[in-house]
Formats: sequence, C-alpha cells, structure tokens
Amino acid sequence: MANIMVRKDATGAYSFYLPKRDLEDAIVSMEFDTPDKWGGEIKLNNGGAYYIEPQAIPARFPISLRAKRLDAAE
Amino acid sequence: MSALTREETEALIQEVLEVYPEKAKKDRAKHLAVNDQAVEQSKKCITSNRKSLPGVMTIRGCAYAGSKGVVWGPIKDMIHISHGPVGCGQYSRAGRRNYYVGTTGVDTFGTMNFTSDFQEKDIVFGGDKKLAKLINEVELLFPLHRGISVQSECPIGLIGDDIEAVSKKGAKEIGKPIVPVRCEGFRGVSQSLGHHIANDAVRDWVLDARDGAPFESTPYDVSIIGDYNIGGDAWASRILLEEMGLRVVSQWSGDGTLAEMEKTPKVKLNLLHCYRSMNYISRHMEEKYGIPWLEYNFFGPTKIAESLRAIAAHFDDKIKEGAEKVIARYQPMMDAVIAKYKPRLGGKTVMLYVGGLRPRHVIGAYEDLGMEVTGTGYEFAHGDDYDRTIKEMGNATLLYDDVTGFELEEFVKKLNPDLVGSGIKEKYVFQKMGIPLRQMHSWDYSGPYHGYDGFAIFARDMDMAISSPTFKNLVPPWKKKSETEELKKAA
Repeated sequence: MANIMVRKDATGAYSFYLPKRDLEDAIVSMEFDTPDKWGGEIKLNNGGAYYIEPQAIPARFPISLRAKRLDAAE
Repeated sequence: MSALTREETEALIQEVLEVYPEKAKKDRAKHLAVNDQAVEQSKKCITSNRKSLPGVMTIRGCAYAGSKGVVWGPIKDMIHISHGPVGCGQYSRAGRRNYYVGTTGVDTFGTMNFTSDFQEKDIVFGGDKKLAKLINEVELLFPLHRGISVQSECPIGLIGDDIEAVSKKGAKEIGKPIVPVRCEGFRGVSQSLGHHIANDAVRDWVLDARDGAPFESTPYDVSIIGDYNIGGDAWASRILLEEMGLRVVSQWSGDGTLAEMEKTPKVKLNLLHCYRSMNYISRHMEEKYGIPWLEYNFFGPTKIAESLRAIAAHFDDKIKEGAEKVIARYQPMMDAVIAKYKPRLGGKTVMLYVGGLRPRHVIGAYEDLGMEVTGTGYEFAHGDDYDRTIKEMGNATLLYDDVTGFELEEFVKKLNPDLVGSGIKEKYVFQKMGIPLRQMHSWDYSGPYHGYDGFAIFARDMDMAISSPTFKNLVPPWKKKSETEELKKAA
C-alpha cells in the first residue's frame, strides 16, 4: 500500500502524485468515475497501475489516499 | 561555435563514456542524453535521482545540506542547531548569501552557527542531555529568538537519539516552538530528500500553529515560496508583485520568519519559484487548505512578463491591469538593457550545471540576451524537472544528470562554450582552461538576478565574464602560433 495524492490539474484532468518516490504523472484511465462510485484501477501515463478502493467521489481535490500498487512502471 | 547535430552529440556522449569500466559505463549512460523536444516523458531518455556512482566525482550535497542549508537555514528569527559534530555546520556557515534584514545575534541569526559539537562521549552515551542543555543556553543567551530547529547530522540517526522527546520537553520549558528535523546526511541520494524532510517538518510542526487564529486577510494575499533571497532575489521579486497590487504575506524562506510561515495557510495563492525544494509543502497546503499553487519564473523579461500574466490570471481585473502596468513600466528599461548587451553577447553559447531549478529557469534570460544554451544538467533533479526542461531546451542539446567532474570537463572541452554557469567547485577548473565561469548558485557574489532589476545585473555580469580580456591571455605569447597580428594589436 502506498500513500498517493490525486489532484485535478488546470484542465480538470486527474493527476497522480506519489510523495515517497516523487512521482508525478497524469492518470490516463480510471475504472470508476461517477459521483457515487469512484476509484478502482487507475492507469498512469508512464504505464504504472494502482488500485484505489472504490468510494464516493471525494468532495474536493487534491486528496491523499491509500492505494495498492498493481504494476509499477519501473 | 555552431550547434552540434544529434548524431554528433550522441557520438560525443559515447566518446566520453569510453574511459569508464563496463559497469560504470552502463550506469552513467542512462544519465546522459541528447534533448529531443518530441519526447513527452523524460524518463524515456534520462534517469535521475539515483545514487551517485562510487568512485566518480559528484558535486551533490547531503540531506542535512538540503534541510539546514536550503530550507530551514534562511528562516532568520529561528536558531537552527546543527546537532552533531561541529564541522557540518561550521563549514557551511554563511556561505549561501541568503540576505536578510535584522541585527545578527540579537533578533536574527542567519549567518551564525549553533552546534552541539558532539564528542566521543556523546556518541557513546547519547547526546540528548547535551541538546536539552543547549536549548536552555540558547534561550538564556539569545532571548529574542522565536523558535529553534534541531537539524540532525549523521550520528544522531546512527546512535538513535530521541530528539523529538527532547524538543517537546524543551518547547514546553521555554514556551517557544522547537522543531526536530530528521535530516541525517546519509538519508537519500542527494540534498533533494533533505528538502522533502524539511518540508515535512514544516508541515508537522509549524504550519498549523495559527489555524483558527484571527487574520485580516485581503483577496490579494499571496506568498512567495522557494525564493531564498540569494543576493536579494526575493526582494527584487516581491516589489513586482506588490506593484501589481498583491499583498505578499510571507517569504519562504529567504528573509523569512517563523511568523510568516505560520501565516502562509491564510493566503489565496502560493507562488512557487523553486519547485524542486518546496513543491511538497505547496501540495500539502493545496490539499489541506485549498490554496492553489503556481510555478513562476522571474529570470529575464520574457519569462517575467509571462509569469506576471499567469499570476494575474488567478485574480480579478484590477490585478490583471496592474500586471500590464508593471510590464509596460519596465519593458523600456529592459529593452535598453538588451539593446546594450545583445550586440556584445548575441550568438554566444553557454553550458549550465546547477542544482534543481536554475538549469531550466535561466534559459529564458540567456535567450533574451541572444545567447544559446548548448547543454544543461541538474545535480539533484527528479523526473518531473526533466519533463519541464525538455520543453525549454533546444533540440539536440546536451542533458546531463548528476554529471561527474570528468564528464563535465570533457563536454566543455568538446562543446567549447563561451561561458559556463555552475558552482565554485567548477569555477577554477574551467577558468584555468580559459573558459569564463559565472557561479549560478551564489550569483558569484553579485545579484539579485530575479525580477526586472535583477536582469540588468545579470546581463552586466554575463558581459563582464564573457568580454573579459583575461581569458584571451591564458596562452603565453611564445606558444601562440600565428597571432603576430593580434600581438601588435595588444601592444
């Protein structure tokens, strides 16, 4: 499990930040992105994949979450 | 000298790598690259933030340097205790030129060195008692200090002292905040982790001190984050922001105070200059307090105008007008500076090797002077810095990460730039080779270089270095081949 931060950039797209590795990247796909179910498997631009427990959409961004690493890019 | 083609640059890298043993060669090859603006992600072409190779000459610092030297050190009204042996603090004391206002030793302590001076017995029996005693002594001798930070040196982590407990107890006794920072030098691969640790310490021990406290805010409150006031940089930036109608609540951390740090969560926008060292705290404030942050660049009139407009875009029309007014007011002065120096500097080439921000930030300023940056590299940048750099640099220019002494010398010999911008450790090597060098860490005892006022000084300094006649006379006359003409002229 890793602590990650999800934020919305200026265009409204999600971006991913992993403080421990100082890894900042765009989220290219998110499994669930509806108001009451949000999260699931997320894919990063660099090829990595993480899993966020599906939950209601956070009230505001950025938000720190726990995520499971499915597939690291490096 | 004209720019190299992609193939030539690649060949140059291969040639330089040739001297290494097989394993080292493989490792170093990942850190050297030819810039290609088409690449979206830097990690496809360059590896960064990795452990330096043992045996090569690196100029990186340690986590303690990143925390005490960079982030915490300039907070002027706090006393920063270098906890551990005496050398780390003493040999880095007052060398960074982060200016401040105040009476040193009375209410400000920026250039002083406070250390617990570890001896053998402190290593054997632990140094907690000594730290507690030191805190009381500091309070007795310097009653006007506003707080203390305990900056750990390597032994503290190795012997497992509990500086947090001592700090908490001490803070209760003296009634002022004491911040323990676990920035032991052995952590991480460079000073970069020290920045992160220092940011985390600010987050945990300082930032929420005034949550809920009354504060008279205006809609135009901003803070300057990551400007260390080298030679007065932050002041040159601050006047521009104030002139366009913003209120600068705090400066981090050049000429900054503890109170300013505590008030930062009240601002409307965080302006981030040094992304590498302060993005962590900006991200935290964005999440916890909903304060957006914005990277800006105050080097050279083109980038300044761009940044001022980007900053103004976060505010109402009054500020937008203000920004245009500021740009209109200074542009004629800048045009005069460029008219004066561009004919002297136009077409000259420069190679940079600095810390974590300037290798890309100053490119715009050089381009304003008509100069070309043919190679750039960072000591301790991460992937996201290179992502940003690729766009700033021309195609087929050279990128080098954590470059070794040997590599940099070879690159400079081959690319033969008119100027090198790096630090004191490189300065005399290159000047003896006959290439002028300006220190881009300390502004070579000049500055400020930020802001419009800074650009005029920047242009003058670069001209002084490049146009100096000294470097033409490094080869003694009897070794010159066919310069009888030049000799006559000189005589």
